[in-house]
Amino acid sequence: MDIQKIALSLHPLERKVVPALKSHKILEEIMDHTGLQEVEVTRALQWLENKEALKIIKTESETINLGKNGLQYAKEGLPERRLSAELKDRDKSIQELTFVTKEEAGISIGQLKKAGVISMNQGKLHLEKELAESLEEKFIKKSFPLELDALEAQEKLAVANLRKRKDILVVDKIKHLSIELTDIGKELTCCQIKDDVLERLTPHMIRTGEWKGKTFRPYDVKINVPKISGGKRHFVREALDYSKQVWLDMGFEEMKGNMVQQSFWNFDALFTPQDHPVREMQDTFFLNSEGKLPDKKIVQAIKDVHENGVEGSTGWGGKWDEEKSKQNVLRTHTTVLSAKTLSQLKEEDMPKKFFALGKCFRNEALDWSHLFEFNQTEGIVVDPDATFENLLGYLKQFFKKMGFEKARFRPAYFPYTEPSVEVDVWHPVHSKWLEIGGAGILRPEVVVPLVGKDIPVLAWGPGIDRLILDFHKINDIRELYTNNVDDLRSKKSWVK
Amino acid sequence: MPNIIISKAVLEEKLGKSFSDEELKDRIAMLGTDLDGIEGDNIEVEIFPNRPDLLSEQGFSRALSSFMDIKTGLSTFDVLESDYKVIVDKSVTMRPYTACAVVKNLTLTDASIKELMNIQEKLATTHGRRRKKSAYGIYPLENIHFPVNYIAKDPSTIMFHPLGMETTIKASAVEELHPKGREYKEVAKGWTKYPFFIDAKENIMCMLPYTNSHDTGKVDSSTKDVFIECSGTDLDNVKVALNILTTTLSDMGGVIHSVEVQYDKESIITPELVPTGWDIDIDYINKRLGLTLSEKEFQKLFARMGHEYKEGTILVPAYRADIMHQVDFIEEIAIAYGYENFNAVIPNVNTVAKEDDLEIRKRKIANILAGLGMLETETYNLTNANNQNEKMLTDINLITLKSAVNTEYDVLRAWITPSLMEVLNNNRSSEYPQKVFGIGRVFKEGDTETGVLEQERLAITICDEQADFTNIKQTFDYLMRMLDIEYTMAETEHPSFIPGRVARVTVNDKEVAYIGEMHPQVLNNWGIEYPVGVLELNLSEMFNL
Repeated sequence: MDIQKIALSLHPLERKVVPALKSHKILEEIMDHTGLQEVEVTRALQWLENKEALKIIKTESETINLGKNGLQYAKEGLPERRLSAELKDRDKSIQELTFVTKEEAGISIGQLKKAGVISMNQGKLHLEKELAESLEEKFIKKSFPLELDALEAQEKLAVANLRKRKDILVVDKIKHLSIELTDIGKELTCCQIKDDVLERLTPHMIRTGEWKGKTFRPYDVKINVPKISGGKRHFVREALDYSKQVWLDMGFEEMKGNMVQQSFWNFDALFTPQDHPVREMQDTFFLNSEGKLPDKKIVQAIKDVHENGVEGSTGWGGKWDEEKSKQNVLRTHTTVLSAKTLSQLKEEDMPKKFFALGKCFRNEALDWSHLFEFNQTEGIVVDPDATFENLLGYLKQFFKKMGFEKARFRPAYFPYTEPSVEVDVWHPVHSKWLEIGGAGILRPEVVVPLVGKDIPVLAWGPGIDRLILDFHKINDIRELYTNNVDDLRSKKSWVK
Repeated sequence: MPNIIISKAVLEEKLGKSFSDEELKDRIAMLGTDLDGIEGDNIEVEIFPNRPDLLSEQGFSRALSSFMDIKTGLSTFDVLESDYKVIVDKSVTMRPYTACAVVKNLTLTDASIKELMNIQEKLATTHGRRRKKSAYGIYPLENIHFPVNYIAKDPSTIMFHPLGMETTIKASAVEELHPKGREYKEVAKGWTKYPFFIDAKENIMCMLPYTNSHDTGKVDSSTKDVFIECSGTDLDNVKVALNILTTTLSDMGGVIHSVEVQYDKESIITPELVPTGWDIDIDYINKRLGLTLSEKEFQKLFARMGHEYKEGTILVPAYRADIMHQVDFIEEIAIAYGYENFNAVIPNVNTVAKEDDLEIRKRKIANILAGLGMLETETYNLTNANNQNEKMLTDINLITLKSAVNTEYDVLRAWITPSLMEVLNNNRSSEYPQKVFGIGRVFKEGDTETGVLEQERLAITICDEQADFTNIKQTFDYLMRMLDIEYTMAETEHPSFIPGRVARVTVNDKEVAYIGEMHPQVLNNWGIEYPVGVLELNLSEMFNL
């Protein structure tokens, strides 16, 4: 190690401390010698230790002082001494004792009886023999403070016994810091430290050229610096924006719409039977209001498809209730936006691709794995020539862009698609298949009333929250919306 | 969706050979049932609601063995004629339909009885919509005297001994005393009379939709012959349920006999286990799937799914409840062909991507604010009146929800600022200054198809010892300069803000924002100990989008 190079890099505090180290090794002495604060000296010593110029030795010692009772006993004697003194002249009952308090008497009597110094006779205490001076008694008469380490073995025993008694001794731990110079350190203290190195570069120096011909003090570039944080997008938003980018990359157009929807669009238009469990209050949020149905033509078409089916299908049978379809709900899926979009679509505009991204709702108790609001994303491809193979093709590409190289497809069931697909993606870290979302081709019972014709509409709608939980290793789903600012500041960026 | 547990040993016996767990897992998943797991002898499977016929061990192994090419093709079930008769009285208006059957020569064990109970219960939960649409009963035939009457009666006039109870009680007490009565009494809301099956000797067989009678409706291992009724609000629905139950019993070794059900005007004979015929267009199916399968291949694939195909016509077993349209055969073929065997191909179709205009602006704004060192928050659309109004000293009209499970989240928010106040309240132990913002939906009454107007708003709160009107206005002004939007500000009053330190912002003659210092009473209400500067800006109005 080049001593000159080290010397050059010394911080101003180190420069002040180093000369003192030649003759002083203890923190307090170094402070005295340099006139620096404790924190300044310890920082300088720490940096010097990093430079391997010295070794910091931290020791701890225990200092003993007398406590509240200890001070009193040193003057008046220990309670057992006073008690034995009181019995010298005559036997006394406990009530008659005046040299000791009631509490002290309680402890001392037992102790003295055990040692055979006193006995109890018909309710009176009797002194059997002289009480010899104990180690403890001797100890409290010493002058304090005392260093525990410096005591003799017998005195240490006395300390141990006295510490069991209330408020006699107070033992303070004191930390000591000293140093030991290494060879580098020894050389450093001897060498002449160049004084005219430049610290911070100032505008003045730049203007005047004062820096010319001088040396900048080299910094320790490996040093730890205090953490800072900046303004940030919310981590859920970041992930949603990412998935939006995937849809846009694949040529999809964004659909937007209300969260409050009529059952007509949320359920009926999607061929969800009116007695389906999802339409009950315990699953879906209903509002205390109803909406106005769209024009008669489409309402009639939906009614027909529920009651009698379409193009040779059977429908659900029974009576379709217009009132039920007016009930306002919080949308249970973004598919409601697809239904509305399809109802506006003209055949000459096809093929078209649309996507939606947004909050959906289910009436659910809040716990670590359940939220009443969740993010869904959804895409549809309206293409007269689209096939099931195409659906799988889009799905594979979509999830590849979402960061999953491998996807597999299983049969599934959703009321408004046929065929239906469940998509699993391979999770490379957990080495298992992750169920990620449903897909399918919309049933003619959905498409025909909305579009007027049986055209294949490919649809898929993966939930997105699960991916966010996985990416950020969150176990409690409520944490997505806790908005703890420390947590928000420290969340890593979404990079897939 | 219901889960069922199937014994691997029973399944393998039906399949005729044994399989590794992995093989079974794969085949079960590819049949279109969701496998939850295999543990020892227990295979747990989730059955989708479109396939109630898979709810029994019999139905499930029937489908799986066909799918695995062990026993393919249409299963046929013989129905023997009989003289058994059920008379449906006009009074059963609340559940006007029943379909019945008799199955004889059964050998029941405790295990098979338990399975019967299970499928009955699960079928009533799914296919029967928690008994609302239909419910089913199975009775030992020996106790029943025909003809049986299906009739509605005032329950306070009927005494019977419900299954699972100690004694005879008044039927009107079932809803209070019987577990099924308590569980399903919603189904009978508003009924004054209840449907009963009563035999020719006036024995009460059951009270619907709750329970069989102990005397005539208790099946045990000594039972050889049973009577089955499936009753409800829709004839097709009860017929399918009966088909599923009778074919299951037939697979257990029983012999099915028909029952004549006599309605007011006509009689029907149930069950009808004749396969349903459909005309299908294989070109349509090929085109939808992107395949070019031959007639012969169709024949093979349909057989794998338990159907029989011949020259454009397909025969579908009577227990299949889910076939409604030609399109349903597409999925049958896709499953039989194997989802894993399709090519995944993106067609060469050009479309142009487009992001929503307001969404683009929202993202820009969020990025600008993040650039100012602010943290974006994401908060719930649902909240409560206390947060939206009481704590804010306001009286805004809120959109309320009906029977929200969480009473703390039973209204839709009308403004975003309270959500941010909640964030500040939750972060009292974190470092200050806290500069947070949120962009989200707000809800109020309006002239729309639902009567609810939804708009997007931005709220910003700056919370710090030094926070004041100046720095929130600086922030807003910077944002507006970056967006190149001109605005004016005027004094205004708002109960949530300190009087004299709140302004209304106007853009293009539209009032779009409030900006100011939060009232100390509001801060007290939220337990916030530092001043807060607030902006709430209506983005939908400002951008006119």
